[in-house]
Amino acid sequence: VRRLLAVLLAWGLASGLAAAQPAAPSPGPVSEEAVAEVASRLRCVVCQNLSVQDSPSEMARQMRDLIRERLARGESRDQVLAYFEARYGQWVLLTPKLHGFGLLAWVLPATGLGVGAVVLAVLARRWARRGSAPGAAARAAPGAPGPPAGPGQAPGDAAAPGPDDRERVRRELERLG
Amino acid sequence: VRLRRWLIPLAAVPVIGLLAYGFRANPRDVPSPLVRRPAPAFALTGFDGAPVSLEAHRGRVVVVNFWASWCVPACYDEAPVLEAGWRAYRDRGLVVLGIDVQDTDPAARAFIERFGLSFPNAPDPGGRVSIDYGVYGVPETFFVDRRGTIRGKHVGALTEAALRQAVEPLLGEPAG
Repeated sequence: VRRLLAVLLAWGLASGLAAAQPAAPSPGPVSEEAVAEVASRLRCVVCQNLSVQDSPSEMARQMRDLIRERLARGESRDQVLAYFEARYGQWVLLTPKLHGFGLLAWVLPATGLGVGAVVLAVLARRWARRGSAPGAAARAAPGAPGPPAGPGQAPGDAAAPGPDDRERVRRELERLG
Repeated sequence: VRLRRWLIPLAAVPVIGLLAYGFRANPRDVPSPLVRRPAPAFALTGFDGAPVSLEAHRGRVVVVNFWASWCVPACYDEAPVLEAGWRAYRDRGLVVLGIDVQDTDPAARAFIERFGLSFPNAPDPGGRVSIDYGVYGVPETFFVDRRGTIRGKHVGALTEAALRQAVEPLLGEPAG
């Protein structure tokens, strides 16, 4: 029984070691994750909108093999990407570079968001002012300050409803209710 | 209100600019960053067992042609053009090197036999040479001058006129 236990223990240890081996970062063979890291940044040249990592094509498979080989040779991720860029041009990179025309792809969305936010903020303030100004004027009683009317609220602003308009709206609301 | 009158045309300016850029660029144009660069070296073994390398032909004008037997009809169209060009210009210092891409051995040999190709042809195991040349598909042809610099690239079936136009000026250049 003891011998059997020893054998079982040895077997368990060996299989445990074998199972642990692929997970351990070894200097020699390159992990599939490392290859995928590079391959997912490259455009498959024979596909439409697929990365080298995602493409099932023969060409992409060959490229993944080449990536693995170059990484195993000790090249860094950026060196491998630079190799492909030298061969296929910037087009092959799925992530645009941070300079030249590629910079536009990074700057434009951020700029658009910023400009949009500013425009929205300005418009929202204008709408809020327009909506609250007449109400504030109507309810303005001594000692009960309403929301402050905006400084840009000119007396002759054509868009602001006058007393006649308000009276008309009140009458129509009554008729509806 | 006056601002709004300006804002819309102003917003249209970058859009029109981007469209103008996009429409003037040729979507079929596949620019190669390798043109005007030294041709990547390669050393392959031809279908006849002889070594096929670029280095061995330094001093000559080299037409490097990437093809495949499954590339129908473009490779079938250009194969006679390549063979005729090689025969016509070989005395003036031109060599054609065929590189067979992602092919099976029997199919490739049948292709060579069918067109009676007499210039060196070699398979490209693992696609290393194709990737080194930034090849997208077949056929693609590179024109290498006598000094080993890539001077032009032709995508698609090569015609007699295109071959002549690419090769004639290179043949007139000195090797030094």
